[in-house]
Amino acid sequence: MTAITVDIINKSYPAAGQAGLHRAIANLKLSLPSNEFMCLVGPSGCGKTTLLNIIAGLDRDYSGEITVEQQHKEPKIGYVFQNPRLLPWRTVRENITLALPDDYDPKTVDALLETMQLTQAQHVYPERLSLGMSRRVAIIRAFAVDPDVLLMDEPFVSLDAPTARQVRELLIGLWQQRPHTVLFVTHDLREAIALADRLIFLSPPPMQALSEIRVDIPRNIRDDETAIEAFRQKLLQDHPEIRELL
Amino acid sequence: MTLTKLLSHYRTLNLLSILLFIGLWQSLAFYLSDNSLPTPAMVAEVFWQETLSGQLPYHLGMTLLRLISSFVVAMLLGCAIGILLGGNKKLDAFFDNWLVIFLNIPALVTIILCYVWFGLVESAAILAVVINKLPNVVVTIREGTRALDKDLLEMTRCYRFSKLKTLRHVIWPQLHPFVMGATRSGLALIWKIILVVELLGRSNGMGYQLHLFFQLFDVAGILAYTIAFVAVIQLIELLILKPLDRKAGRWRR
Ligand SMILES: Nc1ncnc2c1ncn2[C@@H]1O[C@H](COP(=O)(O)OP(=O)(O)OP(=O)(O)O)[C@@H](O)[C@H]1O
Ligand SMILES: [Mg+2]
Repeated sequence: MTAITVDIINKSYPAAGQAGLHRAIANLKLSLPSNEFMCLVGPSGCGKTTLLNIIAGLDRDYSGEITVEQQHKEPKIGYVFQNPRLLPWRTVRENITLALPDDYDPKTVDALLETMQLTQAQHVYPERLSLGMSRRVAIIRAFAVDPDVLLMDEPFVSLDAPTARQVRELLIGLWQQRPHTVLFVTHDLREAIALADRLIFLSPPPMQALSEIRVDIPRNIRDDETAIEAFRQKLLQDHPEIRELL
Repeated sequence: MTLTKLLSHYRTLNLLSILLFIGLWQSLAFYLSDNSLPTPAMVAEVFWQETLSGQLPYHLGMTLLRLISSFVVAMLLGCAIGILLGGNKKLDAFFDNWLVIFLNIPALVTIILCYVWFGLVESAAILAVVINKLPNVVVTIREGTRALDKDLLEMTRCYRFSKLKTLRHVIWPQLHPFVMGATRSGLALIWKIILVVELLGRSNGMGYQLHLFFQLFDVAGILAYTIAFVAVIQLIELLILKPLDRKAGRWRR
């Protein structure tokens, strides 16, 4: 059970050299209910990564308040960064297991490697992987920690369509098995509709929430392209402000 | 095999360059036929005599012992201070001046002062070498710490790596090239200083022995000891540093 409330009054990057002060986020209020799957959609450079970093607790230089509610303990966070961020001097498998507690179960790692088609590559060093493979390793690392909050920053770019579909199915499968709060950043509206309970549209900087839209397509027909497409068309019609974003 | 093919082998090239060196030396010594440049054979003879008498191994051993102990102290302290300064801007700004001062004190001054203040004792000798080497290590490791990958450090914070895990799996591999650099330059620097330290205030070791040879104008002795020392340093490079490099470089493309 991990609900997150975000109330960021101001997040600015200080001026450095020629570049002036950049106001990245202004008055962003979001409430992210426990165990919901939310997709963040917004133009490039609007501050999505900045927001995820703040929620992950990596960036504390902002004014406002984030509460990540958790019953007794600090919530575990799984974060698929926009770049893979693997340790180049550790193998694929070590990269995954290092993020786990010492008493982890090797079988879960095996299973994840298998579904991501990385069993062959598990003892390879990351510099010898393709970008798509590195991304999959980063995704496994985030899944393997059994997160209470899963943050994913455009995780499926540079994956081919079939692999992306497979990883999407895995993600949804894992999420249904063991519910947790997911924040998923994407540029791809179809992908967002296929995955999310709720879509959150974000404005160009300073970033604010433009609108929040529930996706009411039942989970069992989410792989139906026509349903997704119909939802998308209707969305763009009803909300002209969103069309400008994309 | 043709000559070009033979030359393309690094091993043969190495051997050839050494042979050429000895050949030049031999002909120059022959041409001068003077005590100030003995022939390679004479030097080898002295080397053998000194080894048999146990003099050379003893003095070389003493010097190596001093080298190792001062090296270890300087590296450990230097790494700790370097990581601290590299990771903390305020501390760094504060101690930067100190570093500049220590970097620029001539080696001879620290050696003399250590002997004056602490007497002609072993610990003063070691301390003098450490003070000479330490600022170099600190500066190198500080550079390394500043260059640590912020993305990876964020990743470790997000996945709650313990301090030890972060140090071992994230920080150390990135500092390794810097530590190797400090080690190499350190060995070269220390063994040059250590001879002066021994010459000025110890009654054994290479420096002391070279001083004796100097007073007797025994060039063959000086050369024999020098060759022994260079050989030992080469062995350290080949047997310890190179394998460490290889092991650490496995993950590179
Ligand atoms: N460390 C930083 N220093 C200064 N400005 C920054 C920094 N990080 C990000 N910014 C600025 O903040 C804005 C938002 O950046 P952010 O990375 O959050 O965008 P994003 O929405 O994730 O974009 P994309 O979809 O392209 O990944 C950008 O204009 C960027 O230039
Ligand atoms: Mg981004």
